[in-house]
Amino acid sequence: MKVDYIGKISEENLPAIFVPYFLESVHAGFPSPASDYIESPIDLNKHLIKNGAATFLVRAQGQSMVGSGITDQAVLVVDRSIKPSHNSIVVATIDGEFVCKRLKLKPRMCLMPDNPDYPPIFINHGQELEIVGTVTAAINKF
Amino acid sequence: MAFALVDCESFYASCERIFRPDLKNIPIVVLSNNDGCVIARSTEAKKMGISMGVPWFKVRDSFLKENGQVFSSNFTFYGDISARVMNILEGFVPRTEVYSIDEAFLDLDTLKKNYDLYDFGCHIRTLVRQWTGVPVRIGIAPNKTLSKIAINEIKRRNAPTSVLHLSNKNQIREALKHTPVHKVWGVGRRLNDHLNAAGINTALELAEVSPQNIRKKFSIVLERTVRELRGERCLGIEDDISSKKQIVVSRSFGERVSNLETLKPIVSNFAVRAAEKLRHERQKCSQVSVFVRTSPFNKNKPQHTGMKTIELFTPTNDTRDILIAAKKGLLPIFRSGYDYAKAGIILNRFSDEQTKQYSLFKDPNEPKEDTKLMKYIDQMNNYETQVYYASQNTKRWSPMKQNMTSPKYTTNWYELPKVN
Repeated sequence: MKVDYIGKISEENLPAIFVPYFLESVHAGFPSPASDYIESPIDLNKHLIKNGAATFLVRAQGQSMVGSGITDQAVLVVDRSIKPSHNSIVVATIDGEFVCKRLKLKPRMCLMPDNPDYPPIFINHGQELEIVGTVTAAINKF
Repeated sequence: MAFALVDCESFYASCERIFRPDLKNIPIVVLSNNDGCVIARSTEAKKMGISMGVPWFKVRDSFLKENGQVFSSNFTFYGDISARVMNILEGFVPRTEVYSIDEAFLDLDTLKKNYDLYDFGCHIRTLVRQWTGVPVRIGIAPNKTLSKIAINEIKRRNAPTSVLHLSNKNQIREALKHTPVHKVWGVGRRLNDHLNAAGINTALELAEVSPQNIRKKFSIVLERTVRELRGERCLGIEDDISSKKQIVVSRSFGERVSNLETLKPIVSNFAVRAAEKLRHERQKCSQVSVFVRTSPFNKNKPQHTGMKTIELFTPTNDTRDILIAAKKGLLPIFRSGYDYAKAGIILNRFSDEQTKQYSLFKDPNEPKEDTKLMKYIDQMNNYETQVYYASQNTKRWSPMKQNMTSPKYTTNWYELPKVN
């Protein structure tokens, strides 16, 4: 009798149309020596996202963060569960708008662009700053 | 012994705010399909006196004049945010029950004895807010019915922390005293009238009737409610969501439809969608109903409502069988000379996909029942291609008017929120 070994493939990692081809055929009683070594394929989601429920993707616009490797139209991975610290790249809301900048807590709190052509954003009295989340990765397509 | 009910505040409106920081403190309403009625309101919109379910055209002018923001419903987006919230809640305790798109019960019995439940509730609230942007209310009480009462109390008291723990008899009594009986979980409008007639107007008055009497005069279900109001626990967490009993796909049309040739493909679209849902539930149905109706708002036009149910000999979830039944049902109910405003398909009498029941006689309709074909079509339609049936029109939901939908922020690469 022959049995077909389908392998360790989780459904979420597959494209929507997937015809399960068999990785190998083995005779019952003689399991393939390779079967213990089969690994799941590299998954970019796993690499880039630690906390799926709190992670959102946003699209960067403009050149203000090129120094940090964020080019125009880059997709940013924003994790709302990571508490930002001094020098974290964050997405924040100021004056009802989303911005992505580097957070500086000293000497004076500000949002610092990473491009000499752009001035830092200081938080003035009466202005409201809300940190939405920490940027954990930028995906630039070429 | 306690349950928590986590309830998202003005859920759809809160979702719309997540990626629109400019809408802070601005009144928001969300409309039903086809922008017919108001189905969600932010706190600010509630304060303006916009009531739930009010037809949009009745409040549009005054709402927009006050700079309110209106959205067509974006269920793709709300569904994704809901899944995130539920996912976070599942991380807190081993047993949760998703009760609706914006409510979930948490079984707190598994927590350590010395845990302060109020603090725990505050912690959940802060975390869900930070991780998703959605504000939640949390009602904690000895059982499900009382946790619903706790949520009502938070709304009534306008409690600033939005967390309430009804931990002792006095607190529960106080809350019940202020809850009108129709706000009690499971008491509908009709039951409310009966109870009022019997002199029961508040939850407290209901709790004070003996459960035996309630059982005699009303039902065993209401008896359970009374027992829960008294602090007993009758309802547990339901982990396995029992499969649906009915599938309804219906829409109001963007424009009135008065001829059969236009109506047929619309009804076919509904049938196709209903069959997809049925297969998603891994069920088969043996009853297909079709209905059409004119608009009750169009008072000076002739009115007609028609419904026809088709029985199927063999249970099926093959789209082609459902389509044939839908057509069979539509023809006898359609009347020319009427401006139809809405139509729909209802699937009933479900049986499990796996169980096969052969009929003693040969089914005159010879059902198609090609599971593999349906599976492939579903997979293709979930992907990029679209496979249509000949009787459909190729614009899936047309004619449908929905002009004010927000982007699919979290599910479409081309509609991601933008940051500067």
